[in-house]
Amino acid sequence: MKILTGNDLKTGAVIWWDGANWSIHVDCAADVGDQGEEIMAREEALRRVNVPYIVEATVSEKGIRPAHIKDRIRALGPTVRPDLTLKPQSPEAIDWVI
Amino acid sequence: MYVYDNYDQAMVDARVEEFRDQARRRLEGKLSEDQFKPLRLMNGLYLQLHAYMLRVAIPYGTLNSRQMSALGDIADRYDRGYGHFTTRQNIQYNWIKLEDAADILADLSKVEMHAIQTSGNCIRNISSDHFAGAAHDELVDPRPYAELMRQWSSFHPEFTYLPRKFKICVIASEKDRAAMRLHDIGIQIVRSGEGELGARFFVGGGMGRTPMIAPMIRDFVPLDQLITYAEACLRVYNRHGRRDNKYKARIKILVHELGKEEYTRQVEAEFVHLLEQGIEPPREELARIARYFAPPTFEDGPKQIDRSDPDFALWVDRNTHRHRHDSYVSAVISLKPVGGIPGDATGDQMRQMARLAKQYSFDELRIMHTQNVVLPHVRIADLHALWTELEAAGLGAPNLDTIEDIIACPGLDYCSLANARSIPLAQRLAERFAANGKTGKLGELKLKISGCINACGHHHAGHIGILGVDKKGVENYQLSLGGSEAEDVSLAKITGPGFDEDGVIEAVDTVTDLYLAQRKEGERFVDTYRRIGMEPFKEALYGA
Repeated sequence: MKILTGNDLKTGAVIWWDGANWSIHVDCAADVGDQGEEIMAREEALRRVNVPYIVEATVSEKGIRPAHIKDRIRALGPTVRPDLTLKPQSPEAIDWVI
Repeated sequence: MYVYDNYDQAMVDARVEEFRDQARRRLEGKLSEDQFKPLRLMNGLYLQLHAYMLRVAIPYGTLNSRQMSALGDIADRYDRGYGHFTTRQNIQYNWIKLEDAADILADLSKVEMHAIQTSGNCIRNISSDHFAGAAHDELVDPRPYAELMRQWSSFHPEFTYLPRKFKICVIASEKDRAAMRLHDIGIQIVRSGEGELGARFFVGGGMGRTPMIAPMIRDFVPLDQLITYAEACLRVYNRHGRRDNKYKARIKILVHELGKEEYTRQVEAEFVHLLEQGIEPPREELARIARYFAPPTFEDGPKQIDRSDPDFALWVDRNTHRHRHDSYVSAVISLKPVGGIPGDATGDQMRQMARLAKQYSFDELRIMHTQNVVLPHVRIADLHALWTELEAAGLGAPNLDTIEDIIACPGLDYCSLANARSIPLAQRLAERFAANGKTGKLGELKLKISGCINACGHHHAGHIGILGVDKKGVENYQLSLGGSEAEDVSLAKITGPGFDEDGVIEAVDTVTDLYLAQRKEGERFVDTYRRIGMEPFKEALYGA
């Protein structure tokens, strides 16, 4: 699947396109198919996202997982500071990145 | 240390308000990201992996306690309670909001700090010896010259859009503690046979994808022509540096392609021209600056250290440096606790270090390019009390220049340019060597890790260097041996095929075992490598 990511303009936070809005949770990401470029142009013009780009990802019963490690780290947070990730109570979340 | 005059303060304050307006226009949609990006980068604001990142300049690594305390407050108020000291003596904050950025710059301005020229193709923060003004072996304090160069290079209209970023380092001792010859311009203050002080110029060094050691192009420039000669070096680069190819745009490529002789010829011709123009600041200006760096009033006191506490004695042996006054030492606060993140300090720790500087070190601190902090002037009589407080604050790791004192860039955990993570590797290596008891046996061993070819972790200059690469989406690590950034400068050579994370840790264990087996009396790891060569290490790593 293809999903969209970028950063929030004001806060810089990593965000993912859920089909209608932007979410900080990658599991909310929507498959944009071949609509990615169009959505990015519209959303960037509305200043709802900064520097968006399209990411390849896979989906399973465990959720959505970006194909590249860089985007998995973006989705979770720094692997060396589990307390600052989106899953601070879940040490095995780091395994999801690797 | 230098104190802003009205011009300095007015310039920085004006820049804060200018940026506040630019950020407001960006947030209101009046500027696109393409328009805003070069403006925010001129103020040190990057967009990194998780958020905006702000890089704050610490000129030649010198801080007072008020500034260090303010950096801690910024970490707590605007970031997530910590900051990261970098390999260019700066500090970076990883979780900045654009809407807060101008307020942070305003807070910095109140303590005479800024983030100007910490990014972009301009002259970056001038770096220097972290023991400047304190070291027993320096000819003179290099910081007045570094400050003069900072003032010359700040907002220099001719050098705002260089072909590429430009890094200058100034030292004043034969011992190089600042990786001077791995800078675009390295300046060493020297004394001539007639006793006159002058500057030796090395031009065209650097790390990155094409590492080079800067050749010396002039062995003596009178100090009252220092700026003129630097300007000549920059002018020739600005004229001929490649702007068509980012990867060939640094001055090291120009010096290499033109040849040292031709580059030098052009610099000398430009120098003659510039001398006629009279661009050198008046001597009185250097004298004015130098007065700010007058040494504190040192007092005689005990010269012997009570070494009866073995833990304290170990810390003294590893983490203190001989001072110009024999009743004092420079004390290094390690930001490398075993298993910690190299260079990170919490807001509380920054305020602790600020308090300790005020109490024990004439209100002065220095940031090392090895991501540690120096209290430059500590009375020997106070050393045990200082160590006791550092221990209590978790800042007493006795590991300077050991294999646990690893330089690591932020790597893929934070950096959008990185290909692999650096920090977890540094943590695991430090834990491994702390646990197996080899750290002490190995002695001085400089291990440096970069998460990409840009080499912010200085892996080319490590006795052992590790470079993280992306191998079909999987982190992989190249091992290299034999580098040095000191006065015996050399570039490390790659051992062979790379390793996965577990494999490179085993590989470091293997090469250090070989060193212990092969070394002669007094040899450091790098000395043994230079004596026996790469082959025995290759055999140990990959088999015959």
